[in-house]
Amino acid sequence: MQGSSPIQVKVWRGDADGGDFAEYEVPQQSSQTVLDVVTWIQRHADASLSYRFACRVGMCGSCAMMVNGIPRWTCRTHVNKVKQDNRLIVEPLRNLPVIKDLVCDMSQFFEKWKRAEGQFGGDGSRQQPVAAISPAEPARRAANAAIECINCAICYAACDVVSWNPDYLGPAALNRAWSLQNDVRDRRHDERLQAVSADGGCLSCHSQQGCASFCPNELNPTASIAGLKKMATGSFMKKKYRQPHG
Amino acid sequence: MKAHRRQPLYLAFLLHRLSGLGLALFLPLHFYILGTALAGAEAFDAALGWTEGPLIKVAEFGLVFLLAVHFFGGLRLLALENLPWSNRHKNYAAVAVAVAFFVACGFLLRAV
Amino acid sequence: MVELRLYLAQRISAAIMAPLVLVHLGVMIYAIQGGLSAEEILARTRGSLLWGGFYGLFVLAVAVHAAIGVRNILTEWLQLRGPLLNTVCWLFGLGLWAMGWRAVAAVVGFQ
Repeated sequence: MQGSSPIQVKVWRGDADGGDFAEYEVPQQSSQTVLDVVTWIQRHADASLSYRFACRVGMCGSCAMMVNGIPRWTCRTHVNKVKQDNRLIVEPLRNLPVIKDLVCDMSQFFEKWKRAEGQFGGDGSRQQPVAAISPAEPARRAANAAIECINCAICYAACDVVSWNPDYLGPAALNRAWSLQNDVRDRRHDERLQAVSADGGCLSCHSQQGCASFCPNELNPTASIAGLKKMATGSFMKKKYRQPHG
Repeated sequence: MKAHRRQPLYLAFLLHRLSGLGLALFLPLHFYILGTALAGAEAFDAALGWTEGPLIKVAEFGLVFLLAVHFFGGLRLLALENLPWSNRHKNYAAVAVAVAFFVACGFLLRAV
Repeated sequence: MVELRLYLAQRISAAIMAPLVLVHLGVMIYAIQGGLSAEEILARTRGSLLWGGFYGLFVLAVAVHAAIGVRNILTEWLQLRGPLLNTVCWLFGLGLWAMGWRAVAAVVGFQ
């Protein structure tokens, strides 16, 4: 790889007030990832470039950015697989406000997680035995299928409903809500169902499955949201029929 | 089209939304033409006469396709939202387009 | 929870229309052979309680369904909100229903 032509990289530079692309020429290396490219730029071309990363091995999700218009973990994106004519475009994640350069403000992502009641609430104590739940039970299987989310916000960046509807809770928050609704130890099912059935909740999803296309952990928030839709409408219809006729 | 949208189920969404919009905008015209029958069969025939040209037949083919694709796509969505989850929605979306096209061709062949 | 009621109204109107659309597609493909004529269409619909009921239901369901669909487009793509959004959608829905009923009355013959 050394000795082959350098790649032309456009990187978005700026802050909350705006910005533009800056171009850098980066030497190609074998097994180079986009995170390697961004790191090279900061160390050799422009020390003022701001970006986020932590584990650099595809476990933490901190390095998520838009690469040629697609949200990816940059540490797990090989330049060879995504460059177009030796060119790359790197931008901060879509749908989130920018702090500086490639660093976005994740606050609204976590606010929506809370608004979706994405926290477990049990009533057990250390005096009780561990809950005996078989991993083969349908509810546990549903919870396990959705549980590996590491809050990287790639699905949030990919989702067009998020970009069109500022109130929409988004795929990650709703996916977590679904995994908790399937947790038989949790005692907050009713208030969580209220939260995800409200305006901006699961009913706003248009099943585009952009979230599922790009989730690096191969989760499918659309499937989770479909499950929430059934819970929400089912609960509404049951309440309607349970109401006494006047 | 933005890179992250170039995937089959976004296109399916777009087709569903645009076909619905097309039908919603067409309906007032449709209801207007039918409404001419209030003035009698001759008035209705005169209005139907506007729909005879070959370009109109192509437009009607398009409208039948829009209705059929919105219908079959809609069935796919009702299944997605009410039946157990399936990972085959890309396939179902493709089948919906294919069957809708087939239905619209059936219409066109009888229209010419 | 406005969104939940709109969501259900749209899905229920869709489910109601499913068989109606199938029949309508069938009628269109049947009737288009040899061209459309007032005589042929009206012979089928004039005085018919069946077609009157069929299209009467169809027109109500489509007015509800289309108005909610248009509402999604207006709010998501044009960022309309609040009273303006509701007014436009109610006008569209009621207008479509009124024109539709007029069309049903015209072909069934109830003046």
